[in-house]
Amino acid sequence: MKTIYMDNNATTRVADEVIEEMMPYFGDLYGNPSSMHTFGGQVGKKLRQARERVASLLGCEPDEIVFTSCGTESDNTAIRGALAAVPQKRKIITTRVEHPAVLGTCRELEHHGYTIVELGVDKQGRLNLDELKDAIDDDTTIVSIMYANNETGVIFPIDEIASLIKAKGVIFHTDAVQAVGKIPLNLADSNIDLLSLSGHKLHAPKGVGVLYIRRGTRLAPFMLGGHQESGKRGGTENVPGIIALGKACDLAQAGIQEENTRVKQLRDKLEKAILASCPDCMVNGDPNNRLPNTLNVSFEYIEGEAILLLLNKFGICASSGSACTSGSLEPSHVLRAMGVPFTAAHGSIRFSLSRYNTEDEVDFVADKLPEIVKKLRDLSPFVST
Amino acid sequence: MWDYTEKVMEYFFNPRNAGYIEDADGIGEVGSLACGDALTLTFKLDENGRIEDAKFKTFGCASAIASSSVLTEMIRGMTLAEAEKVSNQDIVRQLGGLPEQKMHCSVMGHDALMAAIANYRNKGRFAAEKKGTVVCTCFGVTDEEIKEVIRSNDLTTVQQVTNYCKAGGGCGGCHGQIEKIIEEIQGDKAKTARPAVPTKPEKLTNIKKIQLIQQTINEQIRPALRADGGDIQLIDVDGNKVIIAFRGMCAQCRMAEFTMKDVVEARLREFVSDELFVQEDKDSSEQPHNHRAG
Repeated sequence: MKTIYMDNNATTRVADEVIEEMMPYFGDLYGNPSSMHTFGGQVGKKLRQARERVASLLGCEPDEIVFTSCGTESDNTAIRGALAAVPQKRKIITTRVEHPAVLGTCRELEHHGYTIVELGVDKQGRLNLDELKDAIDDDTTIVSIMYANNETGVIFPIDEIASLIKAKGVIFHTDAVQAVGKIPLNLADSNIDLLSLSGHKLHAPKGVGVLYIRRGTRLAPFMLGGHQESGKRGGTENVPGIIALGKACDLAQAGIQEENTRVKQLRDKLEKAILASCPDCMVNGDPNNRLPNTLNVSFEYIEGEAILLLLNKFGICASSGSACTSGSLEPSHVLRAMGVPFTAAHGSIRFSLSRYNTEDEVDFVADKLPEIVKKLRDLSPFVST
Repeated sequence: MWDYTEKVMEYFFNPRNAGYIEDADGIGEVGSLACGDALTLTFKLDENGRIEDAKFKTFGCASAIASSSVLTEMIRGMTLAEAEKVSNQDIVRQLGGLPEQKMHCSVMGHDALMAAIANYRNKGRFAAEKKGTVVCTCFGVTDEEIKEVIRSNDLTTVQQVTNYCKAGGGCGGCHGQIEKIIEEIQGDKAKTARPAVPTKPEKLTNIKKIQLIQQTINEQIRPALRADGGDIQLIDVDGNKVIIAFRGMCAQCRMAEFTMKDVVEARLREFVSDELFVQEDKDSSEQPHNHRAG
């Protein structure tokens, strides 16, 4: 059975070009980039190229790029590093819809005497910037607000937020794991101080991430050890992963147009088809400010895990914000923050596309979904048949 | 992805007895949309008082649908007295097992069956209010319901209670109450987690005493001070005299001498030895830095 992969906000396929680029560094070219000999030095050269490629996609300087092991490490480093650099201030501002990498870190810090302010969102998942302005005070060290939401694809007005925070003299971190490679960024023109990204969300392998640190931003290192990454992150570099990420950024830069045209059209087609063929369903999120690849749709009166398993039977991969899929008993914290009613939150499905999806795949999913929804609604005590 | 048995998947993909019996003798409705699963079970009796037909309608995940479906098969042909003896464990066995976190699906099946039988016995009236008082407000679970799953499944931890009836799976505010109920029923078997504390030894060597003082400071005293931006350092131990210095916020706090010293002393006496007394080393305390603005 063919796999139809529409779960690209969870992870992505590693691009063939990326695999080709990184493979030699698992084999013959195993040198340590820090070594004095040419054998290691050639690897160091390749790392520099990777750093330049990442910087080019982000529109920043190569020396502002620090390689990490994943998006979660980048988020942890950003928040904890900023707090450690400014020990006299003890307030963090974030949002209720952040990824657990940020939310979990902040909530843990709350036990260590920090004050956390979690900003709410409206029904479409949007922030109220006046609320943010009011929350910032003299005790605030850092504001951490995601660029785009992993579940709904909602994009926050990050440039506007960054300028607002800059004016108050507070450090601004954004978790841009879902945004990088999907929408154009230019950090040189923005006031973002810290930005996290993750390799495996943009067709590089798992195990590599980046923390962008704007020049002049005070940040205590998180991983202590050697001089790697200018002393900001010790530990011998994940050479193949970093080289892979460099190539993936190169491809993303070349493909960002396609992402916002062809991929977006596919997503829109899928959305239209589902809304037309399935009664009692609705799209979650802000339709005007949304990642081009993401569709979060709720099917009322049925449960997400059951939908996913029936999709899975056809080889279709998606994900859900239902309680049952997480192993917890409550549905997605993002949908709850948006006030999506329980009737719809339990039946939410996220389709997230990539440049590898085809129109045939979208047609196939749109064709299968109505019968799946009908089958489960026939079983549901909340639907009279 | 959940590790479902083939049987669970079979009953999910091809559910038996889905539907609603219009002229049912007993109707059981449990769960709600908010909780994420709900089940309506209906049955009809034959002239000998045996269950002739049973049907279900379920809102929920694969294991909820499979549990409901397999239950309707199990009870067909049973008298009500026999059906009453069907436990949630019987449903689990029939399915070849359920993941721990999905046990509540089998409990929901059992609850619906009991509700349907009660509905028949009450001649069509639905059972009044739930028995007991609500413990878990997130999922509306009562103490009686919690006791029931603890007894019938021999549960000993809060996590297990959550897996079986959802109680405690939301805000977590009722964990303490659930622990108490477990202890009440299971006695010593209850595996309620207690924070590790150093035990007070009978006889102390000097080295042991210093280690224990340091451990008590690290685990019992420092976290609370850190929360307020302060810290504490053990300078020396001279016989029963413990010399300490406050750092950060605590060092500048005028109250330190009167309150913090007493708190530290009380803690050390509690965990190490009754004979200890604390002296603050003011000379080594840091000059004010770190002071929080405002």
